Amino acid sequence: MRDNASILPLDVEGLRFEAGGKTLLDGVSFSLPKGGVTAVIGPNGAGKSLTLRICHKLIMPSAGRVRWAAEPGRKRHAMVFQRPVMLRRSVIANLRHALVAYGTPDPATRAQTALARFGLLALAERPARLLSGGEQQRLAIARAWALEPELMFLDEPSSQLDPGATRQIEEIIRGLAAEGMTILMTTHDLGQARRLSQRVLFLNKGRLVEDAETTRFFAEPSSSEARAFLAGDLLW
Amino acid sequence: MDVTSAFGAALSLIFNLDPQFLQIVGLSLRVTLTAVLLAALIGLPLGALLAVTRFPGRSVIIVLVNGLMGLPPVVAGLIVFLLLSRSGPLGSLGWLFTPTAMVIAQTLLVLPIIIALTRGTIEDLWSEYREHLTSLGLTGWRAVPTLLWDGRFALATGLLAGFGRASAEVGAVLIVGGNIAAYTRTMTTSIALETSKGDLPLALGLGLVLITLTVAINAAAYGASRIGARFAG
Repeated sequence: MRDNASILPLDVEGLRFEAGGKTLLDGVSFSLPKGGVTAVIGPNGAGKSLTLRICHKLIMPSAGRVRWAAEPGRKRHAMVFQRPVMLRRSVIANLRHALVAYGTPDPATRAQTALARFGLLALAERPARLLSGGEQQRLAIARAWALEPELMFLDEPSSQLDPGATRQIEEIIRGLAAEGMTILMTTHDLGQARRLSQRVLFLNKGRLVEDAETTRFFAEPSSSEARAFLAGDLLW
Repeated sequence: MDVTSAFGAALSLIFNLDPQFLQIVGLSLRVTLTAVLLAALIGLPLGALLAVTRFPGRSVIIVLVNGLMGLPPVVAGLIVFLLLSRSGPLGSLGWLFTPTAMVIAQTLLVLPIIIALTRGTIEDLWSEYREHLTSLGLTGWRAVPTLLWDGRFALATGLLAGFGRASAEVGAVLIVGGNIAAYTRTMTTSIALETSKGDLPLALGLGLVLITLTVAINAAAYGASRIGARFAG
């Protein structure tokens, strides 16, 4: 059945994005095969979040293409934002809302499964916006997971969290990857990229400077920009 | 009659459930509630759509709607009067000087308030929800039900503001209703008439009911925003 065909690999070709006379992305190309965690890193304003948003079809690129191996009727990639968007509803209602919007069959059961999977059962009836930052991020990931995506985009998943909650989120990401979910995430935390990812896309000033295995990237970056970035010179 | 004894007579009208008095209060509530309901059915979706869509002329519409919030009731009355008068475009309906005409006039008064307040509320909510809803494929009109539901407590305040305006106005219902006793006479038109006739008890009694309503509306608005805050965090 065509609907069961994998949407991966994702092929991104020559992405370019301009706004207000500035080029924010320029000629970004990469291919994302099934499986694994890929970290998009780079200094502020490098175009990390923008790349994710364009891939997730939130923003149209000025030029270039985002090509999926298959285009099933139901979108099979989901995104979790840096600041999780919590609807003014209970935790369970937040899940149900997303499931109904996506047209997932049997949303009630699926929502329960997601609650159980992410340890949110006790919070089911609580207003989502009154959860702690870590709980909100967990709900946001649960909500994205419930949609059964093959690929999950995570934009700075722990930038707003304390170390404890960050560890918890990293554990979740590892678990998702172990279940076979493909993950493309941005992070400004180099330690996190090192801990979680197998591959690194290093962006600087809107260009993809390096696309390398994580261990190799951190051991011997091939570009001077990456070396400067890793040395802590923020490349403004 | 001095004011003190008029006040006493007013209270007895209220507490003895005087039939004429009840009829006036009942008609007023029926007209105003119907108008607010109609304006809500039209204004909530329109205001929300105005908040989430971008099209040429949108700013003009927003300025126009905001301006119409201050539409003088007598002018609204005049417009509906011209529409419904025998020689007007809708004259054949025979609605002039009926409660229906009053409902139409008050709907016209309340509609801009509801559209404008809804647009403001939903626009703020949309800027917060936009990426998530877009990610779920809910854009344009498809985002409206989610936004209206999540904005329900703030929107309730808008509806109550509309109710306050309609229940307090006298000009529009006077012009299109004609202040016919026991048929189109509302609290506000009675107060105007009875005061000029010198029948203070009825005017005062109705005034007390109106003030009580206003206080009750504000209490409800405050309650709605408090309940909303519990969910909004």
